[in-house]
Amino acid sequence: MSDKKHLIVVGNGPVGHQFLESIAASGKAGDYHITVIGEEPRHAYDRVHLTAWFETREAASLNMVADGFYEEHQITAIANEKVEGINRADKIISTDKGNTYQYDTLVLATGSFPFVPPVPGHERDNCFVYRTIEDLEAITAASKDAKVGAVIGGGLLGLEAAKAIKDLGLETHVIEFAPRLMAVQVDDGGGALLRKKIEDLGVKVHTQKNTQNIGDGETAKHKLSFADGAELETDILVFSAGIRPQDALARQSELEIGERGGIVINDNCQTSDPDIYAIGECALWGGRIYGLIAPGWDMARAAADHVLGGAEGKTFTGADMSTKLKLMGVDVASIGDAHANTPGAKCYTFIDEQAEVYKKIVVSESGEHLLGAVLVGDAEDYGNLLQFALNKITLPEHPEAMILPNLDGSASVGLGVDALPDTAQICSCNNVSKGDLCAAVQGGATTVGDLKACTKAATTCGGCTALVGQVLNAELTKLGVEVNTDICEHFPYTRQEIYHLVRVGQIKSFEQLLEKHGKGHGCDICKPAAASILASCWNDYILQPEHAGLQDTNDRMLANMQKNGTYSVVPRMAGGEVTPDGLIAVGTVAKKYNLYTKITGGQRIDLFGATLDQLPLIWKELIDAGFETGHAYGKSLRTVKSCVGSTWCRYGVQDSVGAAIDIENRYKGLRSPHKLKMAVSGCTRECAEAQSKDVGVIATEKGWNLYVCGNGGMKPRHADLFASDIDTETLIKYVDRFLMFYVRTADRLQRTSVWLDNLEGGLDYLKKVIIEDSLGIAAELEAEMALVIDNYQCEWKTTIENEERVKQFRSFVNVDGGDKDIVFVQERGQIRPATEEEKARNEDLIAVA
Amino acid sequence: MSWTTICSLSDINPNAGVCALLGEEQVAIFKVNGQIYAIGNKDPFSNANVLSRGIVGSLNDTLAVASPLYKQHFNLETGICLEDETVSVPCYQVRTEGDLIQIAI
Ligand SMILES: Cc1cc2nc3c(=O)[nH]c(=O)nc-3n(C[C@H](O)[C@H](O)[C@H](O)COP(=O)(O)OP(=O)(O)OC[C@H]3O[C@@H](n4cnc5c(N)ncnc54)[C@H](O)[C@@H]3O)c2cc1C
Ligand code: SF4
Ligand code: SF4
Repeated sequence: MSDKKHLIVVGNGPVGHQFLESIAASGKAGDYHITVIGEEPRHAYDRVHLTAWFETREAASLNMVADGFYEEHQITAIANEKVEGINRADKIISTDKGNTYQYDTLVLATGSFPFVPPVPGHERDNCFVYRTIEDLEAITAASKDAKVGAVIGGGLLGLEAAKAIKDLGLETHVIEFAPRLMAVQVDDGGGALLRKKIEDLGVKVHTQKNTQNIGDGETAKHKLSFADGAELETDILVFSAGIRPQDALARQSELEIGERGGIVINDNCQTSDPDIYAIGECALWGGRIYGLIAPGWDMARAAADHVLGGAEGKTFTGADMSTKLKLMGVDVASIGDAHANTPGAKCYTFIDEQAEVYKKIVVSESGEHLLGAVLVGDAEDYGNLLQFALNKITLPEHPEAMILPNLDGSASVGLGVDALPDTAQICSCNNVSKGDLCAAVQGGATTVGDLKACTKAATTCGGCTALVGQVLNAELTKLGVEVNTDICEHFPYTRQEIYHLVRVGQIKSFEQLLEKHGKGHGCDICKPAAASILASCWNDYILQPEHAGLQDTNDRMLANMQKNGTYSVVPRMAGGEVTPDGLIAVGTVAKKYNLYTKITGGQRIDLFGATLDQLPLIWKELIDAGFETGHAYGKSLRTVKSCVGSTWCRYGVQDSVGAAIDIENRYKGLRSPHKLKMAVSGCTRECAEAQSKDVGVIATEKGWNLYVCGNGGMKPRHADLFASDIDTETLIKYVDRFLMFYVRTADRLQRTSVWLDNLEGGLDYLKKVIIEDSLGIAAELEAEMALVIDNYQCEWKTTIENEERVKQFRSFVNVDGGDKDIVFVQERGQIRPATEEEKARNEDLIAVA
Repeated sequence: MSWTTICSLSDINPNAGVCALLGEEQVAIFKVNGQIYAIGNKDPFSNANVLSRGIVGSLNDTLAVASPLYKQHFNLETGICLEDETVSVPCYQVRTEGDLIQIAI
């Protein structure tokens, strides 16, 4: 026990946490008494995505610590306590709570703090910084009585803060000292375009403004006075004028400090005291502070390895500071020597004022290598360009082709991924190299989704998704793995291709499809797939004689087959709303046919134990009572769950039930590659669990937030935020397009979650297609959806109105009567299928025929 | 052996099946491209009488029906399960007389 060493981490931010994760991953956490002490009131959270707090206003959504992580690895995690001193001689630290802790090894992961320029008045009320969840809470609270907000600093973080203020509904100003925005990352040309785009969003940009005083305002709380005599009044002020390393502890204990701050470290991340490490934004390596998450994580991994004895020989030897981000919806990327400071460097620039795109590449004097790049408005080339720069790959003869649009539709000049060395880092967020990806493919991964799961590549910022896909394909080809994507032996096509053939060729039946494009008789793979595609395209009645035999088990009888060959019946209750009379009608039917009754997870009622011949009788009664089919049997829209919303709930901000009912009625009957589930919550408390659905809608004060591609079930996936604060019309437009695009392009039985994980370009690409209509197909998608909606019919109504169809539900073609082998027993006051033993015992059995 | 008339050809949807009751026995009868096949209706894997409701098709040129419950395939001409040859369902002789489907018992 007592010979275990004490390992203490000061600062529980993203980097401190990565250090603990690395220690835990080594399996050696048990060799130490590990303590992490953080000053903030909560444990590590995702500061990179701090702004996402506004989506939910719940701190929990940013949490980085997996449930049970501290317990499992016996880590003592202390929040709300600040370390104030290090006694290096006795190896003891002391805190503001008066506690002392003994260490053998100490890791400083204290990050940085925002620099607030010492302008007179900077300490006034309603002056904030933008660094912690508490900062955001305070800004939000202050915004309630404010009309105008200003941010001092037009860098990366300043623009993020400006977006937040804009989203809070305030008139927003950005004040920058330099002549352009994001002066560090972009050049004049890119800065000018960025400025235009941001001003188009309604944010006022003031450059070359040196704030000299903050005093009382006349129309607003503060008045800012600038060196050039100009003035600006604002109610809220946010300082975002850069960060400074939090090195106070190192100064106090006389560790070596850089000239302009930062705790000096070596390649193992040790400070001038070998028992003390420093990692993340507080550390200074090679005279530099690295204000990004990826280098911080690299330091954490190197330090953890060294603390554990250096088995893996990991070191930190600097990092690339290239970045790609989205600022107020504008793609911005900067690579390497963006300002062409290298002697002899030459630039190629492409400006498209129409599409508002700016691209510049910086090449070496010889024209052989890429030194840097700036991309504004379209950063798709980032992954490719970064690889050229990092790996010093020889440029093509006309490097400008890499940023010019390819108007003739030919493949853009990218690099073959074969040109990359195995050491090339593909995913910088999670430090995944090409070699790691290749190893995973050799180990059996065959999809981008597999690679994400086993290597974590492309799971943080997603900028490398396309490259990951290219490595995957190249490696599969090399391994001679023939990626056979044919749907089955009868059709040499993927589902997407068949969809296309059906739509373009106006094919209306499986027979036509087989004759034109397939062979053999079809099977239980291609037939239901074709049935679904035919229904998605033309939405004919699925039990027409030529379609009936194609339908999968449940569609075949418009009910869900259960283990004993009986069916369950689910009437639609849109949005989960049902009248007392409706409830009584359902109860009466259930009682009459002795059906087992259960509430489903989708907020409706499931009636079990109906025999084939009972189905039309039951449906006749349900339809007479005003119900229609719930499509519980189909690969189609199931339910749109809702909470009671603003109509009843004291927190609700929109009528979530009304919206859910409208959405359910709009998309009911849409056949899709797999089932679709949706939900609408009336406020951010999210009682309808919309973020676990294919389409999730959450009410905001200004409209709706749309989430897509969530999933519960076997592989849960949190839905991604797709659009914020949109009105109902826009919501419906996006959902129309989204669903039809999914129907067009997904594989057979692929839920939206897996579909998105495998979609090249990921969420950004999807947004472009749906929101910006980058493929020019939005109108088509909407028209296709309109056709489906126009042709909606309650399949059960159509069925019971047609005698020939009803005949298909007879148990026997030659005699009346039902299946004598179907027997039930009574349990908890209802029926359930009898087991084989119960059947053999032949006691208390309930027969239906 | 005698032939019993079951139903007419038009009682079965193209490339689909129906179930007939012969005494206590349930027989699944399929119509594939106009040809008639008959095998037992009880799915040996679930003991439920459901094979007539499965999807018919071909696998490597063998005509088969897929059980609607757990999706094993049964050869329409022999009743043998394609996934496990030790399992099979009965197989019946069928013929058509004009528009009528008849089974031998
Ligand atoms: C709004 C915003 C957007 C960003 N976007 C990006 C981005 O897109 N890409 C990117 O790469 N980076 C981004 N960053 C930067 C990124 O968040 C940082 O690089 C990262 O948080 C650094 O992690 P860290 O653990 O070193 O420091 P921190 O996150 O600062 O964590 C340090 C922790 O230590 C605590 N602490 C400090 N001193 C003490 C003490 N004496 N005792 C106890 N606890 C102490 C602090 O309270 C803090 O919780 C962004 C940052 C912000 C604020
Ligand atoms: S999500 Fe909001 S509106 Fe809906 S029930 Fe919960 S708290 Fe009420
Ligand atoms: S979780 Fe399993 S047992 Fe339950 S309904 Fe789904 S498939 Fe059936």
